[in-house]
Amino acid sequence: MSNLIKFKIDGKECMAEAGKFIVDAAADNGIYIPTLCNMKGVKPKGACRICSVRINGRLMTSCTTPVTDGMEIESNSAEIQDLRKSIIELLFVSGNHFCPACEKSGNCELQALAYRYQMMVPRYPYEFPMKPVDASSPRIIKDQNRCIFCKRCIKTIKDKNGRSYFVFRNRGHKLEVVLDEEMGKTIDIATAHLAMENCPVGSILVKEKGFDTPIGKRKFDKEPIGSDIKL
Amino acid sequence: MSKPVVATTSLAGCFGCHMSILDIDERILTLIELVEFNKSPVDDIKTFTKPVDIGLIEGGVCNSENVEVLKSFRKNCKILVSLGECAIMGGLPALRNGIPIEECLHEAYIGGPTVQLNKDGIMPNDDELPMLLDKVYPCHEIVKIDYFLPGCPPRADLIWDALVALVTGDPMKLPYEVVKFD
Ligand code: SF4
Ligand code: SF4
Repeated sequence: MSNLIKFKIDGKECMAEAGKFIVDAAADNGIYIPTLCNMKGVKPKGACRICSVRINGRLMTSCTTPVTDGMEIESNSAEIQDLRKSIIELLFVSGNHFCPACEKSGNCELQALAYRYQMMVPRYPYEFPMKPVDASSPRIIKDQNRCIFCKRCIKTIKDKNGRSYFVFRNRGHKLEVVLDEEMGKTIDIATAHLAMENCPVGSILVKEKGFDTPIGKRKFDKEPIGSDIKL
Repeated sequence: MSKPVVATTSLAGCFGCHMSILDIDERILTLIELVEFNKSPVDDIKTFTKPVDIGLIEGGVCNSENVEVLKSFRKNCKILVSLGECAIMGGLPALRNGIPIEECLHEAYIGGPTVQLNKDGIMPNDDELPMLLDKVYPCHEIVKIDYFLPGCPPRADLIWDALVALVTGDPMKLPYEVVKFD
Protein backbone atom coordinates (compact mmCIF):
# COMPACT_ATOMS: atom_id res chain seq x y z
CA MET A 1 0.00 0.00 0.00
CA SER A 2 2.95 2.31 -0.59
CA ASN A 3 1.15 4.31 -3.26
CA LEU A 4 -1.32 5.80 -0.77
CA ILE A 5 -1.45 9.57 -0.95
CA LYS A 6 -2.99 12.28 1.23
CA PHE A 7 -5.32 14.99 0.04
CA LYS A 8 -8.06 17.21 1.45
CA ILE A 9 -11.72 17.72 0.55
CA ASP A 10 -13.27 20.81 2.14
CA GLY A 11 -10.50 20.68 4.74
CA LYS A 12 -11.08 17.04 5.65
CA GLU A 13 -7.97 14.82 5.57
CA CYS A 14 -8.44 11.98 3.09
CA MET A 15 -6.36 9.11 1.76
CA ALA A 16 -6.52 7.23 -1.52
CA GLU A 17 -4.47 5.32 -4.02
CA ALA A 18 -2.61 7.69 -6.33
CA GLY A 19 -4.21 8.05 -9.74
CA LYS A 20 -7.80 7.40 -8.65
CA PHE A 21 -10.35 9.81 -10.02
CA ILE A 22 -11.49 12.34 -7.44
CA VAL A 23 -15.15 11.16 -7.34
CA ASP A 24 -14.06 7.62 -6.52
CA ALA A 25 -11.39 8.71 -4.07
CA ALA A 26 -13.94 10.92 -2.33
CA ALA A 27 -16.43 8.04 -2.12
CA ASP A 28 -13.73 5.85 -0.53
CA ASN A 29 -13.50 8.51 2.17
CA GLY A 30 -17.27 8.69 2.66
CA ILE A 31 -17.73 11.91 0.72
CA TYR A 32 -20.39 12.11 -1.98
CA ILE A 33 -19.74 14.18 -5.07
CA PRO A 34 -22.77 14.08 -7.38
CA THR A 35 -22.47 12.55 -10.87
CA LEU A 36 -24.90 12.13 -13.72
CA CYS A 37 -23.15 11.18 -16.97
CA ASN A 38 -20.60 9.07 -15.10
CA MET A 39 -21.11 5.33 -14.73
CA LYS A 40 -19.15 2.62 -12.98
CA GLY A 41 -17.05 0.65 -15.41
CA VAL A 42 -17.27 3.22 -18.20
CA LYS A 43 -14.47 5.64 -19.09
CA PRO A 44 -15.47 9.02 -17.61
CA LYS A 45 -16.00 11.91 -19.99
CA GLY A 46 -16.87 15.00 -17.90
CA ALA A 47 -19.90 15.80 -20.05
CA CYS A 48 -22.51 16.98 -17.56
CA ARG A 49 -20.17 18.99 -15.23
CA ILE A 50 -22.32 18.21 -12.19
CA CYS A 51 -19.26 16.80 -10.38
CA SER A 52 -17.33 20.08 -10.71
CA VAL A 53 -15.01 20.92 -7.81
CA ARG A 54 -12.52 23.73 -7.31
CA ILE A 55 -8.82 22.90 -7.24
CA ASN A 56 -6.17 25.64 -7.07
CA GLY A 57 -8.83 28.18 -7.95
CA ARG A 58 -9.94 26.33 -11.07
CA LEU A 59 -13.13 24.39 -11.69
CA MET A 60 -12.41 20.80 -12.70
CA THR A 61 -14.65 17.77 -13.27
CA SER A 62 -13.88 15.31 -10.51
CA CYS A 63 -14.88 12.27 -12.60
CA THR A 64 -11.98 12.89 -15.01
CA THR A 65 -9.34 14.39 -12.70
CA PRO A 66 -7.00 12.00 -10.88
CA VAL A 67 -6.24 12.80 -7.27
CA THR A 68 -2.65 13.78 -6.49
CA ASP A 69 -0.62 14.04 -3.31
CA GLY A 70 -1.41 17.12 -1.23
CA MET A 71 -4.31 18.17 -3.47
CA GLU A 72 -6.81 20.55 -1.80
CA ILE A 73 -10.31 20.15 -3.18
CA GLU A 74 -13.28 22.40 -2.56
CA SER A 75 -16.57 20.58 -3.12
CA ASN A 76 -19.31 21.61 -0.72
CA SER A 77 -18.95 25.39 -0.71
CA ALA A 78 -22.09 27.45 -1.27
CA GLU A 79 -20.74 28.54 -4.66
CA ILE A 80 -20.18 25.02 -5.98
CA GLN A 81 -23.49 23.75 -4.59
CA ASP A 82 -25.22 26.54 -6.46
CA LEU A 83 -23.28 25.81 -9.63
CA ARG A 84 -24.46 22.19 -9.48
CA LYS A 85 -28.01 23.29 -8.82
CA SER A 86 -27.89 25.61 -11.82
CA ILE A 87 -26.79 22.73 -14.07
CA ILE A 88 -29.75 20.68 -12.86
CA GLU A 89 -32.07 23.61 -13.50
CA LEU A 90 -30.71 24.09 -17.02
CA LEU A 91 -31.36 20.42 -17.79
CA PHE A 92 -34.95 20.77 -16.57
CA VAL A 93 -35.77 23.87 -18.64
CA SER A 94 -34.02 22.73 -21.81
CA GLY A 95 -36.08 19.53 -22.08
CA ASN A 96 -39.69 18.73 -21.26
CA HIS A 97 -39.73 17.10 -17.85
CA PHE A 98 -43.30 16.38 -16.82
CA CYS A 99 -42.38 14.30 -13.79
CA PRO A 100 -45.96 13.54 -12.69
CA ALA A 101 -46.50 11.64 -15.96
CA CYS A 102 -43.04 10.08 -16.28
CA GLU A 103 -42.43 6.34 -15.92
CA LYS A 104 -39.00 7.03 -14.40
CA SER A 105 -40.25 9.35 -11.67
CA GLY A 106 -38.95 8.22 -8.28
CA ASN A 107 -36.11 6.28 -9.92
CA CYS A 108 -34.71 9.13 -12.02
CA GLU A 109 -31.23 10.43 -11.23
CA LEU A 110 -31.88 13.92 -12.59
CA GLN A 111 -35.00 14.27 -10.46
CA ALA A 112 -33.16 12.82 -7.46
CA LEU A 113 -30.44 15.44 -7.83
CA ALA A 114 -33.10 18.15 -8.03
CA TYR A 115 -34.48 16.81 -4.73
CA ARG A 116 -31.06 16.66 -3.15
CA TYR A 117 -30.32 20.26 -4.14
CA GLN A 118 -33.88 21.35 -3.25
CA MET A 119 -34.81 22.77 -6.63
CA MET A 120 -38.21 24.35 -5.97
CA VAL A 121 -38.28 26.12 -9.34
CA PRO A 122 -35.59 26.60 -12.00
CA ARG A 123 -34.15 30.14 -12.18
CA TYR A 124 -34.23 29.99 -16.00
CA PRO A 125 -37.31 30.32 -18.22
CA TYR A 126 -38.83 27.08 -19.52
CA GLU A 127 -38.00 26.48 -23.15
CA PHE A 128 -40.74 23.93 -23.96
CA PRO A 129 -38.90 22.69 -27.05
CA MET A 130 -40.78 20.55 -29.57
CA LYS A 131 -39.27 17.06 -29.34
CA PRO A 132 -40.36 13.78 -30.90
CA VAL A 133 -41.08 10.41 -29.29
CA ASP A 134 -39.90 7.43 -31.34
CA ALA A 135 -41.94 4.30 -30.68
CA SER A 136 -41.07 2.49 -33.92
CA SER A 137 -39.04 -0.26 -32.24
CA PRO A 138 -41.14 -3.20 -31.05
CA ARG A 139 -39.38 -3.14 -27.67
CA ILE A 140 -38.32 0.41 -26.87
CA ILE A 141 -39.77 3.91 -26.67
CA LYS A 142 -37.17 6.66 -27.09
CA ASP A 143 -38.58 9.88 -25.63
CA GLN A 144 -36.45 12.83 -26.73
CA ASN A 145 -38.22 15.19 -24.33
CA ARG A 146 -36.22 13.72 -21.46
CA CYS A 147 -32.80 12.93 -22.99
CA ILE A 148 -29.90 14.77 -21.33
CA PHE A 149 -27.21 13.59 -23.82
CA CYS A 150 -25.18 11.81 -21.17
CA LYS A 151 -24.10 9.10 -23.68
CA ARG A 152 -24.50 6.33 -21.12
CA CYS A 153 -26.63 4.34 -23.56
CA ILE A 154 -24.19 4.86 -26.44
CA LYS A 155 -21.27 3.65 -24.33
CA THR A 156 -22.92 0.66 -22.70
CA ILE A 157 -25.66 -0.79 -24.91
CA LYS A 158 -23.93 -2.73 -27.70
CA ASP A 159 -24.57 -5.88 -29.72
CA LYS A 160 -22.19 -8.84 -29.73
CA ASN A 161 -20.08 -7.21 -32.44
CA GLY A 162 -19.59 -4.12 -30.30
CA ARG A 163 -21.94 -1.90 -32.31
CA SER A 164 -23.91 0.65 -30.29
CA TYR A 165 -27.68 0.50 -30.47
CA PHE A 166 -27.86 4.23 -29.74
CA VAL A 167 -26.16 6.94 -31.82
CA PHE A 168 -25.87 10.70 -32.06
CA ARG A 169 -27.75 12.44 -34.86
CA ASN A 170 -27.48 16.10 -35.97
CA ARG A 171 -25.45 18.74 -34.15
CA GLY A 172 -25.81 21.79 -31.93
CA HIS A 173 -29.37 22.66 -31.01
CA LYS A 174 -30.71 19.78 -33.14
CA LEU A 175 -28.55 17.12 -31.47
CA GLU A 176 -30.37 13.89 -30.66
CA VAL A 177 -29.49 10.49 -29.26
CA VAL A 178 -31.50 8.02 -31.32
CA LEU A 179 -32.04 4.29 -31.38
CA ASP A 180 -30.59 2.88 -34.60
CA GLU A 181 -33.63 2.08 -36.73
CA GLU A 182 -32.46 -1.32 -37.99
CA MET A 183 -30.92 -2.48 -34.71
CA GLY A 184 -34.01 -1.25 -32.82
CA LYS A 185 -36.10 -3.80 -34.70
CA THR A 186 -34.19 -6.76 -33.32
CA ILE A 187 -33.08 -5.60 -29.85
CA ASP A 188 -33.74 -8.40 -27.35
CA ILE A 189 -35.69 -7.87 -24.16
CA ALA A 190 -32.73 -8.20 -21.78
CA THR A 191 -30.75 -5.56 -23.67
CA ALA A 192 -33.80 -3.31 -23.79
CA HIS A 193 -34.17 -3.57 -20.02
CA LEU A 194 -30.49 -2.83 -19.51
CA ALA A 195 -30.82 0.25 -21.73
CA MET A 196 -33.72 1.52 -19.64
CA GLU A 197 -31.78 0.87 -16.46
CA ASN A 198 -28.59 2.55 -17.65
CA CYS A 199 -30.40 5.69 -18.80
CA PRO A 200 -30.36 8.04 -15.79
CA VAL A 201 -33.65 9.63 -16.89
CA GLY A 202 -36.86 8.41 -18.55
CA SER A 203 -35.67 8.77 -22.13
CA ILE A 204 -35.39 5.01 -22.79
CA LEU A 205 -38.46 2.98 -21.84
CA VAL A 206 -39.24 -0.66 -22.38
CA LYS A 207 -42.67 -0.99 -23.95
CA GLU A 208 -45.58 -2.27 -21.85
CA LYS A 209 -43.74 -1.53 -18.63
CA GLY A 210 -43.94 1.34 -16.20
CA PHE A 211 -45.39 2.60 -12.94
CA ASP A 212 -44.91 -0.87 -11.45
CA THR A 213 -43.35 0.27 -8.16
CA PRO A 214 -45.75 2.07 -5.82
CA ILE A 215 -44.94 5.60 -4.65
CA GLY A 216 -43.01 5.29 -1.40
CA LYS A 217 -41.05 2.24 -2.55
CA ARG A 218 -39.10 3.74 -5.43
CA LYS A 219 -35.35 4.27 -5.35
CA PHE A 220 -35.27 7.90 -4.25
CA ASP A 221 -38.57 8.22 -2.36
CA LYS A 222 -37.10 8.00 1.14
CA GLU A 223 -33.38 8.70 0.90
CA PRO A 224 -31.51 11.26 -1.19
CA ILE A 225 -29.26 10.13 -4.02
CA GLY A 226 -25.75 9.56 -2.68
CA SER A 227 -26.96 8.25 0.70
CA ASP A 228 -25.12 4.99 0.05
CA ILE A 229 -21.81 6.85 0.22
CA LYS A 230 -20.77 7.01 3.84
CA LEU A 231 -17.99 5.66 5.99
CA MET B 1 -54.75 41.00 16.65
CA SER B 2 -56.66 40.04 13.53
CA LYS B 3 -55.84 36.73 11.88
CA PRO B 4 -53.74 36.49 8.70
CA VAL B 5 -55.96 36.30 5.62
CA VAL B 6 -55.58 33.54 3.01
CA ALA B 7 -56.98 33.41 -0.53
CA THR B 8 -56.73 30.52 -3.01
CA THR B 9 -57.56 29.91 -6.65
CA SER B 10 -57.30 27.21 -9.29
CA LEU B 11 -56.18 28.44 -12.72
CA ALA B 12 -55.31 25.77 -15.30
CA GLY B 13 -55.26 23.03 -12.66
CA CYS B 14 -57.36 20.00 -11.77
CA PHE B 15 -58.23 20.99 -8.19
CA GLY B 16 -55.88 18.28 -6.97
CA CYS B 17 -53.82 20.85 -5.07
CA HIS B 18 -56.96 22.10 -3.34
CA MET B 19 -57.79 18.49 -2.46
CA SER B 20 -54.33 18.26 -0.95
CA ILE B 21 -55.07 21.32 1.20
CA LEU B 22 -58.08 19.43 2.56
CA ASP B 23 -55.81 16.43 3.02
CA ILE B 24 -54.32 18.07 6.14
CA ASP B 25 -57.21 16.24 7.84
CA GLU B 26 -58.10 17.34 11.36
CA ARG B 27 -55.44 20.05 11.25
CA ILE B 28 -58.02 21.97 9.25
CA LEU B 29 -59.61 22.87 12.60
CA THR B 30 -56.34 24.43 13.74
CA LEU B 31 -56.03 26.15 10.37
CA ILE B 32 -59.39 27.85 10.86
CA GLU B 33 -58.12 29.07 14.26
CA LEU B 34 -54.90 30.36 12.69
CA VAL B 35 -56.17 32.10 9.55
CA GLU B 36 -59.21 33.58 7.92
CA PHE B 37 -60.13 32.65 4.35
CA ASN B 38 -61.11 35.28 1.79
CA LYS B 39 -61.60 34.74 -1.97
CA SER B 40 -61.35 30.97 -2.44
CA PRO B 41 -63.28 27.99 -3.82
CA VAL B 42 -63.05 26.59 -0.27
CA ASP B 43 -65.55 29.12 1.11
CA ASP B 44 -66.97 30.21 -2.25
CA ILE B 45 -66.13 33.90 -1.72
CA LYS B 46 -65.89 35.12 -5.32
CA THR B 47 -64.22 38.53 -5.00
CA PHE B 48 -61.58 40.02 -2.72
CA THR B 49 -63.27 41.84 0.17
CA LYS B 50 -60.12 42.86 2.06
CA PRO B 51 -56.33 42.87 1.70
CA VAL B 52 -54.94 39.33 1.78
CA ASP B 53 -51.70 38.14 3.36
CA ILE B 54 -51.15 34.81 1.60
CA GLY B 55 -52.43 33.84 -1.85
CA LEU B 56 -52.11 30.20 -2.94
CA ILE B 57 -52.17 29.65 -6.70
CA GLU B 58 -52.96 26.26 -8.16
CA GLY B 59 -52.56 25.72 -11.92
CA GLY B 60 -50.64 27.40 -14.70
CA VAL B 61 -51.80 30.16 -17.01
CA CYS B 62 -53.54 28.91 -20.16
CA ASN B 63 -56.04 31.64 -21.07
CA SER B 64 -56.89 35.33 -20.71
CA GLU B 65 -59.04 34.74 -17.64
CA ASN B 66 -56.16 33.01 -15.85
CA VAL B 67 -53.99 36.06 -16.56
CA GLU B 68 -56.60 38.39 -15.11
CA VAL B 69 -57.20 36.30 -11.97
CA LEU B 70 -53.48 35.87 -11.37
CA LYS B 71 -52.86 39.60 -11.73
CA SER B 72 -55.69 40.37 -9.30
CA PHE B 73 -54.13 37.95 -6.82
CA ARG B 74 -50.80 39.73 -7.17
CA LYS B 75 -52.50 43.05 -6.59
CA ASN B 76 -54.47 41.91 -3.53
CA CYS B 77 -52.03 39.52 -1.80
CA LYS B 78 -48.85 40.36 0.06
CA ILE B 79 -47.33 36.93 -0.54
CA LEU B 80 -48.04 34.69 -3.51
CA VAL B 81 -47.26 30.98 -3.48
CA SER B 82 -47.18 28.73 -6.57
CA LEU B 83 -48.81 25.55 -5.34
CA GLY B 84 -47.97 22.42 -7.36
CA GLU B 85 -46.35 21.48 -10.66
CA CYS B 86 -48.90 23.20 -12.92
CA ALA B 87 -48.40 26.58 -11.23
CA ILE B 88 -44.63 26.06 -11.19
CA MET B 89 -44.04 24.74 -14.72
CA GLY B 90 -47.38 24.48 -16.52
CA GLY B 91 -47.84 20.82 -15.62
CA LEU B 92 -49.82 18.44 -17.77
CA PRO B 93 -51.77 21.21 -19.57
CA ALA B 94 -48.37 22.42 -20.84
CA LEU B 95 -48.06 19.18 -22.83
CA ARG B 96 -49.80 21.24 -25.51
CA ASN B 97 -46.95 23.75 -25.61
CA GLY B 98 -45.28 23.51 -28.98
CA ILE B 99 -48.43 22.23 -30.69
CA PRO B 100 -50.21 25.02 -32.64
CA ILE B 101 -53.51 26.10 -30.99
CA GLU B 102 -55.48 25.32 -34.11
CA GLU B 103 -54.25 21.74 -34.10
CA CYS B 104 -55.21 21.36 -30.41
CA LEU B 105 -58.71 22.71 -30.99
CA HIS B 106 -59.17 20.60 -34.09
CA GLU B 107 -58.20 17.47 -32.16
CA ALA B 108 -60.53 18.37 -29.28
CA TYR B 109 -63.61 19.40 -31.24
CA ILE B 110 -63.41 18.01 -34.76
CA GLY B 111 -60.83 15.35 -35.54
CA GLY B 112 -60.35 13.52 -32.23
CA PRO B 113 -61.44 9.86 -32.01
CA THR B 114 -64.01 10.56 -29.26
CA VAL B 115 -65.70 13.44 -31.10
CA GLN B 116 -69.13 12.17 -32.17
CA LEU B 117 -71.83 14.81 -31.81
CA ASN B 118 -70.19 17.85 -33.39
CA LYS B 119 -71.51 17.12 -36.89
CA ASP B 120 -71.20 20.75 -38.06
CA GLY B 121 -67.59 20.93 -36.93
CA ILE B 122 -68.08 23.96 -34.68
CA MET B 123 -65.22 25.25 -32.58
CA PRO B 124 -66.07 27.27 -29.46
CA ASN B 125 -66.09 30.91 -30.60
CA ASP B 126 -68.37 32.78 -28.18
CA ASP B 127 -67.04 36.23 -27.22
CA GLU B 128 -67.74 35.39 -23.58
CA LEU B 129 -65.17 32.61 -23.60
CA PRO B 130 -61.63 33.45 -22.45
CA MET B 131 -59.04 33.43 -25.23
CA LEU B 132 -56.54 30.59 -25.14
CA LEU B 133 -52.93 31.72 -24.90
CA ASP B 134 -50.31 30.52 -27.39
CA LYS B 135 -49.00 28.18 -24.69
CA VAL B 136 -49.44 27.39 -21.00
CA TYR B 137 -47.21 29.60 -18.86
CA PRO B 138 -45.78 29.02 -15.38
CA CYS B 139 -47.26 31.62 -12.98
CA HIS B 140 -43.88 33.23 -12.26
CA GLU B 141 -43.49 34.07 -15.95
CA ILE B 142 -46.61 36.29 -15.66
CA VAL B 143 -46.33 37.88 -12.18
CA LYS B 144 -43.78 37.79 -9.37
CA ILE B 145 -44.22 34.68 -7.21
CA ASP B 146 -42.65 34.62 -3.75
CA TYR B 147 -42.59 30.90 -2.88
CA PHE B 148 -42.89 27.57 -4.68
CA LEU B 149 -44.30 24.32 -3.31
CA PRO B 150 -43.64 21.45 -5.75
CA GLY B 151 -45.65 18.25 -6.04
CA CYS B 152 -48.47 16.77 -8.07
CA PRO B 153 -50.14 17.48 -5.78
CA PRO B 154 -47.85 18.94 -3.11
CA ARG B 155 -47.99 16.69 -0.04
CA ALA B 156 -50.47 17.90 2.59
CA ASP B 157 -47.62 18.03 5.12
CA LEU B 158 -45.67 20.37 2.85
CA ILE B 159 -48.64 22.72 2.48
CA TRP B 160 -49.28 22.61 6.21
CA ASP B 161 -45.64 23.31 7.12
CA ALA B 162 -45.49 26.17 4.62
CA LEU B 163 -48.67 27.79 5.92
CA VAL B 164 -47.56 27.49 9.54
CA ALA B 165 -44.14 28.92 8.66
CA LEU B 166 -45.68 31.84 6.79
CA VAL B 167 -48.14 32.60 9.57
CA THR B 168 -45.74 32.23 12.49
CA GLY B 169 -42.61 33.51 10.75
CA ASP B 170 -40.69 30.44 11.93
CA PRO B 171 -38.25 28.81 9.50
CA MET B 172 -39.78 26.07 7.40
CA LYS B 173 -38.88 22.44 7.89
CA LEU B 174 -38.28 20.71 4.58
CA PRO B 175 -37.98 16.97 5.30
CA TYR B 176 -36.70 15.01 2.28
CA GLU B 177 -39.87 12.95 1.87
CA VAL B 178 -42.23 15.87 1.40
CA VAL B 179 -40.59 17.73 -1.46
CA LYS B 180 -41.45 15.66 -4.54
CA PHE B 181 -42.40 16.50 -8.13
CA ASP B 182 -45.08 13.80 -8.49
S1 SF4 C 1 -36.83 11.97 -16.79
FE1 SF4 C 1 -36.69 12.39 -14.59
S2 SF4 C 1 -36.72 14.62 -14.44
FE2 SF4 C 1 -37.45 14.07 -16.49
S3 SF4 C 1 -39.69 13.92 -16.31
FE3 SF4 C 1 -38.88 11.87 -15.93
S4 SF4 C 1 -38.65 11.77 -13.71
FE4 SF4 C 1 -38.84 13.93 -14.22
S1 SF4 D 1 -31.09 8.28 -23.81
FE1 SF4 D 1 -30.64 8.34 -21.62
S2 SF4 D 1 -28.65 7.30 -21.48
FE2 SF4 D 1 -28.91 7.89 -23.62
S3 SF4 D 1 -27.92 9.90 -23.80
FE3 SF4 D 1 -30.11 10.26 -23.41
S4 SF4 D 1 -30.22 10.48 -21.20
FE4 SF4 D 1 -28.26 9.53 -21.61
